[in-house]
Amino acid sequence: MRWYYKLPLRLRSLFRREQAERELNEEIQFHLQSLIEQYLAQGMKPEAARYTALRELGHLDPVKEECREMRNVNFVENVLQDLHFGLRMLRRNPGFSTLAILCLVLGIGSNAAVFSWIEGILLHPYPAVTHQDRLLMLAATRRGDAGYNGLSWPDFQDLQRSCTLCDAVIAEKIVGVTLSIGDRAESGTGSVVSSNYFDALGVRPILGRGFQPDEDFGRNAHPVTVISYQLWQNRFHGDPLIVGKTQVLNGRPHTIVGVAPKGFYGTFIGYSWKLWVPISMQERFEPGGYKMENRGERWIEGFLRMKPGVTAEQVQAEVSTLAERLENSYPETNRGQGIKVLPLWKAPFNGASFMLPTLGIALGIGVLVLLIVCANVSNLLLVRFFARRHEITARIALGAGRGRVLQQLLTEGLILSLIGAAGGVVLAYWCRNLLSVLIPPRSAPVFLPGQMDWRVLVLSAGVCLISTVLFGLVPVLENSKVDLASALKTESGSVIGARGRARVRGGLVVVQVSLSFVLLVGAGLVVLSLEKIRTASPGFSIDGVLNTAVNLMATGYDTQRAKNFHDAFMERVQAVPGIESAAYGRVIPLGYRSYSEASIAVEGYEPARNEQPILEYNEVGPSYFATMGIPLISGREFTRADSETSPPVAIVNEVMVAQYWHGEDPVGKRFQVNGRWMQVVGVAKVSKYRSILETPKAFFYVALRQNFAPTVGLNLRTNQPADTIARALAREMHALDPDLAPYDVSTMRERVERSTSAQHAAVMLLGIFGSLAVVLATIGLYGVLSYAVSQSTRELGLRMALGARASDLLRIVMSQGLSLTATGVVIGAAIALGGTRLLGYLLYRVSPLDPLAFGSAFAVMMFAALAACLVPSWRATRTDPVRALRQ
Amino acid sequence: MGKPTDLVQGTLDVLILKTVALQPMHGWGIAQRIRQLSNEVLQVGQGALYPALHRLEQQGWIQAKWGESENNRRAKYYSLTRDGAKYLRQQQAQWSRLSGAIDLVLEAT
Repeated sequence: MRWYYKLPLRLRSLFRREQAERELNEEIQFHLQSLIEQYLAQGMKPEAARYTALRELGHLDPVKEECREMRNVNFVENVLQDLHFGLRMLRRNPGFSTLAILCLVLGIGSNAAVFSWIEGILLHPYPAVTHQDRLLMLAATRRGDAGYNGLSWPDFQDLQRSCTLCDAVIAEKIVGVTLSIGDRAESGTGSVVSSNYFDALGVRPILGRGFQPDEDFGRNAHPVTVISYQLWQNRFHGDPLIVGKTQVLNGRPHTIVGVAPKGFYGTFIGYSWKLWVPISMQERFEPGGYKMENRGERWIEGFLRMKPGVTAEQVQAEVSTLAERLENSYPETNRGQGIKVLPLWKAPFNGASFMLPTLGIALGIGVLVLLIVCANVSNLLLVRFFARRHEITARIALGAGRGRVLQQLLTEGLILSLIGAAGGVVLAYWCRNLLSVLIPPRSAPVFLPGQMDWRVLVLSAGVCLISTVLFGLVPVLENSKVDLASALKTESGSVIGARGRARVRGGLVVVQVSLSFVLLVGAGLVVLSLEKIRTASPGFSIDGVLNTAVNLMATGYDTQRAKNFHDAFMERVQAVPGIESAAYGRVIPLGYRSYSEASIAVEGYEPARNEQPILEYNEVGPSYFATMGIPLISGREFTRADSETSPPVAIVNEVMVAQYWHGEDPVGKRFQVNGRWMQVVGVAKVSKYRSILETPKAFFYVALRQNFAPTVGLNLRTNQPADTIARALAREMHALDPDLAPYDVSTMRERVERSTSAQHAAVMLLGIFGSLAVVLATIGLYGVLSYAVSQSTRELGLRMALGARASDLLRIVMSQGLSLTATGVVIGAAIALGGTRLLGYLLYRVSPLDPLAFGSAFAVMMFAALAACLVPSWRATRTDPVRALRQ
Repeated sequence: MGKPTDLVQGTLDVLILKTVALQPMHGWGIAQRIRQLSNEVLQVGQGALYPALHRLEQQGWIQAKWGESENNRRAKYYSLTRDGAKYLRQQQAQWSRLSGAIDLVLEAT
């Protein structure tokens, strides 16, 4: 009953078998002796007493076996025996074992890799942060708008004060930072955070401290920073006395108060941060002026940590109530504004949003690949077990139960998949950074690590077991119904393609072909849509335009100085040889920075009662449209004459004209932007603003000079390569102010490609796995056909002897292979017709039923099938009738 | 010979437990004692006895220890464990209830 009493007994039975066995013998012997003594006492002769006793006891072995049975050791012993035997069989057939294990490594490994990516990127993306499952992302919503915004600092503070269900509410915003290093400057990314950031995340700085509560307040009053472990190592060479030293950030010395621990990269999925500064320093890092007291400035991307045992729904309810209260108290700024909590994997602001669909598809691909692999290994096992049918028959003839044989064959399958799983986990570990490689480079280093933890290992073990059942069951069941009588006959006389076993194998090939076909169609669709994206015009020039950014948050420039700098720098830039035109624009299209938003009122347009027209706009300089290659439909573009002293002007896009002016040319008309009247001076064609995939939307432009921002993007039209221009820009900027560094120079094409990184990753994944699947299916088909040919030599020989020509035999074998393939393709097409819709998000102007994708998948599959049929067919034609018939 | 077919299945366990409850005993002794106590009615063959002993030991109701027999040979002595005593009490109670009930039925007819 009690485990501490039973356990030693069980262990003794298992590991000290010899002793247990000896004792059992001794015990039975004692019984025998006692019986003999009894007979002696009754007066028998010793010989007769012994003989009688032995006869009475009868056969002793069954008794001993029954005793062993009682000790429950047989099951474990059998498993050990099977393992031992299974390993020996694998060693004896290295070719088969290697192929099967390789397949399984691929199948289980690709699943483990996808699990580790999902774990490391979506579910538990911050390895150094404690209790990530209690973290939620905070986002603001606006009635009638599906997207998400940031929160304002006053709203955030109200939330922080009133949230009773959370342990902490954390504010964060990604910002660009310029570090002055000696006489040069270097730009990087970091974030401004609320003072509770490190404490609430459970991240303890390894040196110094995190931030203190008073560092949330006071306009630009706390020039302190916590630096990342990498920055500490790379820039400061791990200086143990770093705390207290200063580093110039954006032109102002900041005291380093702490060093974040190794393995903490910040809380923005996809990137790793260089440093953190307190949120009170917002004005010096986040563009757009001082925002800390303005409820209408929504810029904070926050987190919230739930109290233990609280659900996200409860938190949402509480947060929504607060949002309603804020809406009532501050209708000016908060009308229609809601607050939403989201699980980390749905976070709208960081890398999670563009990785989510990619990883979803990767998961689907993983399942398909696993199924294909299982079908392939299943096929291999069928052949292996079939070759061993004599051994299995002998076992059954000698009295092994069918269950016992089944157990042994399954154990062999389990050995295969265990080795496969071990290899797969290693493979997944190597591939954990693969996604960072598949995604085109960004200005900041992409950081998308997979993570191997117990959850991933448990899931992989599950996959391993499932696959054992998947690939093991068919061959094992096939073999356990061995017919004793017929099993000893040779089978080389069978007819091609006519046996039940061949049908099972054929079925497995059909599974492989159909699933590979699905993968091929998927790959074709994403390739086509990527091609469409590449050739679709975003509404501005893709080639011949470079972008960079000028960050004047840096040197604490006041507005006048910044304007002077802009002018002086523009003059120098325009003088650089090879630059045709240059223009500032606060936001560069398809970038991370968000556009300004304003509520507008158009003369002659009556909004619906519940409607509050809010549009995004960009602040751009003279000759912006010429530089970007955005055509103007009517009117003019901004010039240097549109200055602070001239009347405010705006250029609107054609969608806005259609929406608010009923399609009439609005040039010369007026509309209100945040209560300020602006005159329309031009109409621009619609272009892409945030994403290449967006639908055309209403948008307008205002003159940068009349709506000044010190930190702006710089667009250049040139025929020079990017690095030449980058060197020239750095030189010119350095000449004006040595504390300034331009951001990386990127081409417009790079930007377009970046904005389609999800498609790129999907193309790579589908491409790699699609071709793998085709190779596996080809191997499977080849295996089935060559086996069929080798098993029916007698039939083929007979046909030849009766006058069949080589071409007839070729046709027989080929038609068998091609009919299997055709069946697979038909089934695959049916699956693909229903399944490709799931690619939805990734498809751009490509129908999920695109005939070109289906057609090319068909062509590839047929080509692979022909290749697989070729060798077996050729071998069939070489059958020697005389030898075949003599067998 | 062989299994005591007269016995209700499972009663052998109770008989063994009851026998070793008095004092530690080896297999031979247990068989002899059951025979004596039942006035030679119940003959327990070794084919049933030893598997039963091993099963009871695995279940933790009896424990085994090697000792010296009456004629100075090494023998495996079984004794009742605390769990075994509890189990025996339960089984005994159940047995009396059952046999009482059977008696009632038999007398009534």
